[in-house]
Amino acid sequence: MNTIWLLLIGISILFALVNNRLDEFTKSLFEAAKSAVEVSLFLLGIVALWLGITKIIEDSGLIHRLSGAFKFFVTRLFKNLPPDHPAVTSITLNFLANLFGLGNAATPLGIKAMQDLQSLNREAETITWEMMLFIVINTASIQLVPFTVIGILAQLGSSNPAAVVLPTFLATVLSAVFAVGALWLFRKFLK
Amino acid sequence: MKTVQFISQLIIPLFILLVVGYGWAKKVRVYDSFVAGAKDGISVVIKIFPYLLAIFVAVKGFQASGAFDFSRDLFRGILLYFNIPLEVISIAIIKPLSGSASIGVFTDIVKTTGPDSLASRMAAVIMGSAETTFYILAVYLGAVGIKKTRYLVPVCVLADIVGIVIAISVVRILF
Repeated sequence: MNTIWLLLIGISILFALVNNRLDEFTKSLFEAAKSAVEVSLFLLGIVALWLGITKIIEDSGLIHRLSGAFKFFVTRLFKNLPPDHPAVTSITLNFLANLFGLGNAATPLGIKAMQDLQSLNREAETITWEMMLFIVINTASIQLVPFTVIGILAQLGSSNPAAVVLPTFLATVLSAVFAVGALWLFRKFLK
Repeated sequence: MKTVQFISQLIIPLFILLVVGYGWAKKVRVYDSFVAGAKDGISVVIKIFPYLLAIFVAVKGFQASGAFDFSRDLFRGILLYFNIPLEVISIAIIKPLSGSASIGVFTDIVKTTGPDSLASRMAAVIMGSAETTFYILAVYLGAVGIKKTRYLVPVCVLADIVGIVIAISVVRILF
């Protein structure tokens, strides 16, 4: 992350200098600060909402029932998770939210899953294998129906907006398989 | 299509009903539980904020400085060689960086090339199959304060690149 950030900033300043866009560059920094606040405020709302809901799930014991159907799949994928750990449920809920394209629920539930995984982490600042696997699957964004995209296509007059559903699903599954495979290979050869 | 959309609209209300109903049946003080859980949201977002700011500054600066346009031109040759519409580059570069910007770029592609063009379809599949990787990394890692990410970032970047190649190929083959 440090390298990428340094590269992005360094390259940007260099280009701003060469392209004579220093003014635009500076302006964009303040715009970025503003939108970071806006996105954070938005996140504050939905994260608090979903943490409230998941707290009810925990207090009522629903947490042990919800994960039931998917426990087999999730514990197979995340082998080091104790089967009754809250992380199993939060990971399941996050995957389901992603699958149905509920972005506003997926991110807060993903944060909850990360916190649950962190409670199993013995070194506070170093990432665990389970966290990496979880993030990689999330960035592959497996989704049944991409509603936002279809909505835009339909609005702008596509004759068959749903034509992209199958290719999107294929592409997303293939790239998820690749991503998990790549992660696994890295683990194998970087020990 | 309509039914699928209806089901997906139904999921969250049904889910909340299930949660609150189950809590009530188990005699949980649901209101107090909800408030106690929601309170944690504040500390989570405060933890995430600096990471989010860092990502936004880097991404916006990259766009404003003209570095984005330059990297787009770099790929022009490759796309021409494979006979892929040039518009696809913009969406391929912007999608992993910024969600809101990518919706803008996508709408623009659909408007200029037509909703049923090859460019629109490729862009649509990239939109649906790629994720705003750097945002996810910032938010998820920031929320738990992870600093040592081992080989996660290279894997994510590699997966993004391959994912976009896969998206383009799938559209090529199917349409």
